[in-house]
Amino acid sequence: MRGRRALWFWVFVGPFALGLALFTYVPLVWSVGLSFFDARNTVTPTHFVGLDNYTAMLKDDAFVDSLKTFLVFTAFIVPATYAFSLSLALMVNRVRRARAFFRSVFFLPAACSYVVAALVWKMSIFNGVRFGLANTLLGWFGGDPVAWLSTTDPPWYWLVIVTVRLWLQAGFYMILFLAGLQRIDPALYEAAAVDGARPGWTVLRHITLPQLRATSVAVVLLLVINAFQAFDEFYNLLSDARGYPPYARPPLVYLYYTALGQGQNLGVGSAGAVILALIVAIVTVGQARWLRLGRTDADG
Amino acid sequence: MTMSRRALLAAGAGAGVGLLAACGSNTGRGSGGSRTELAQWYHQYGEAGTEQAVERYAAAYKKASVKVQWRPGNYDQQTAAALLTDSGPDVFEVNGPTIDQIQGGQVVDLTDLLKGVEDDFNPAVLAQKRYDGRIWGVPQAVDMQMLYYRKSLLRDAGVEPPTTLDALVDAAKKLTDRKVKGLFLGNDGGAGVLGGTPLYAAGLQLVTADGGVGFDDPAAARTLGKLHQLYADKSLLLGAPADWSDPSAFLQGLTAMQWCGLWALPQVQKELGDDFGVLPFPKDGGQGRPSVPVGAYGAAVSARSRHKDAAKEFVRWLWVERTDYQEDFALSYGFHIPARISLAKKATRLQSGPAADAVRFTTDHGCAQPLLWTPAAQSAYQDALSRIIRSGADPEGELRAVVGKVAAELDRVKSAKKAKTAS
Repeated sequence: MRGRRALWFWVFVGPFALGLALFTYVPLVWSVGLSFFDARNTVTPTHFVGLDNYTAMLKDDAFVDSLKTFLVFTAFIVPATYAFSLSLALMVNRVRRARAFFRSVFFLPAACSYVVAALVWKMSIFNGVRFGLANTLLGWFGGDPVAWLSTTDPPWYWLVIVTVRLWLQAGFYMILFLAGLQRIDPALYEAAAVDGARPGWTVLRHITLPQLRATSVAVVLLLVINAFQAFDEFYNLLSDARGYPPYARPPLVYLYYTALGQGQNLGVGSAGAVILALIVAIVTVGQARWLRLGRTDADG
Repeated sequence: MTMSRRALLAAGAGAGVGLLAACGSNTGRGSGGSRTELAQWYHQYGEAGTEQAVERYAAAYKKASVKVQWRPGNYDQQTAAALLTDSGPDVFEVNGPTIDQIQGGQVVDLTDLLKGVEDDFNPAVLAQKRYDGRIWGVPQAVDMQMLYYRKSLLRDAGVEPPTTLDALVDAAKKLTDRKVKGLFLGNDGGAGVLGGTPLYAAGLQLVTADGGVGFDDPAAARTLGKLHQLYADKSLLLGAPADWSDPSAFLQGLTAMQWCGLWALPQVQKELGDDFGVLPFPKDGGQGRPSVPVGAYGAAVSARSRHKDAAKEFVRWLWVERTDYQEDFALSYGFHIPARISLAKKATRLQSGPAADAVRFTTDHGCAQPLLWTPAAQSAYQDALSRIIRSGADPEGELRAVVGKVAAELDRVKSAKKAKTAS
């Protein structure tokens, strides 16, 4: 009986475990190995260089800049998405009619590809010539066209980058918040009303937000991890005709260029990836501790 | 019951292996058969007919069966990855080969193939394929870039076609109004496409003949600072729907002048007729000279190929012997200059008008990116140029940092060569 169970366990789990090992763990370990070698244009290097790749990466201004880009991006996108998706959820939760319709409409962008959305943002909404959508709007008010993605001072490109991701992901987090909102006991609101709490800010501040604590923690954690993984929209919005993004490169875009692009420096690229993985791990563990992940709403 | 479970497992395992094998086998090599099979890779050319043409050349080769793979997408990345494995191409065109590919032993020495005809190849682009006295790729067709300008717009603004960088800055400013910008150098303001061209125009170079940094000179900062002037004057078109490599912005009247490739010439000619002219990048300073970037895709043979000799023989046949195909490839579809001087001279399409100017610029002012200019050097320089143009960063300070990085990179490449000769 026991043997039979084990067999079925492997029948169902085996293919997945095999794929995971082959396509995730082997490359992972291989990449850690590569990071200690001088690996240019080869995945089977012979020249061991110790920690040289790591020091090269940490001394590289462009890599340090990419970490700064990530910080700025996170500082914009995490609060913006949190506030926007929470407001959407509160609104959708309150409508009495066509709730399913609004829920679907706001969730719909989540089904769109990052690449496609980035191209729409780049070529039609925020292109720099006078007939782009944003510039047409500016023109009605007498403004001069702005080259949104090409202007670093002021850095208008952040507006493009943040809005495209906001549009794409707000609907998904709205669903998470909606689920959280629907789990709040209506009796709490009734009790608050009886105690004289006015609907609106007071109720939101003292009932809704504390009750959403667990959802909020999960949302913030997911948002930060997603920001770390940012690649598609940065690469597609900012790279030039030859596929080189000249600025605002988050870590993955920079590593992609170093290791897999024309650079083909797999040793240094792997060292960067290991450093990045360590940073993600530390930040996530720290954040989970700090926000007390895993506690239920009632503990909050 | 036991049997059927086993059968199921076996079937599952078999299917898994089959799938994996299927993933690995799509190399264009095919299998079996008595004739040698060669896989030849091209990047996707935009011009209609090119794919059919290269299929035709391959089919005409009798000594081996050549399977052409036409590869859309990031071709450089695809070949780089494929060269790490045994399932890559035998023969492939490459925007190089790069110095790291040559030093890493990924491509085969092709010097013998060019014996006797070496002098017939455009020297600027052949120099790019030469390392350590050997030739590592056969140039297929020459591409170049230049400045297109709209004659009528310049005339209306009372501007002469600029022959110095200062004149270009002034002209771009005069040509700019609310609807039309003076100059389009790409959506990034020019750092990407111009690269070393302004340095050559200042009489400098990226890498000197003996492998040193070629722009450790005050003239470099002065010239690059003028590019910032273009940006600061708001004379540059930025954020156009199509980037510099596409002539759309120029054709739609968004800009009076645009930096673009020779490949755009037929389209520009068709839409604007005689109302345009072409110029090299104008010279700057007393030592300056006009310059245009030239380059050529090279046909290379992978060192991992199982049929290296057959692959070399095919390259010799197509890119050395069959001048009729070379001419057809360069001139019948897109618009390139044949890599062979004798063919370029014969080509009637290149003998008049702007096309003739382009050929003259290529011969007189052509500067190819040196082989020792590695991607790491390129990105250090390009990032600095981007900051100079766009953020008005101090050119001298930026260049000092770049010179340091490039010198270190050149040392690495040179010491790799020494290590190799020693071993």
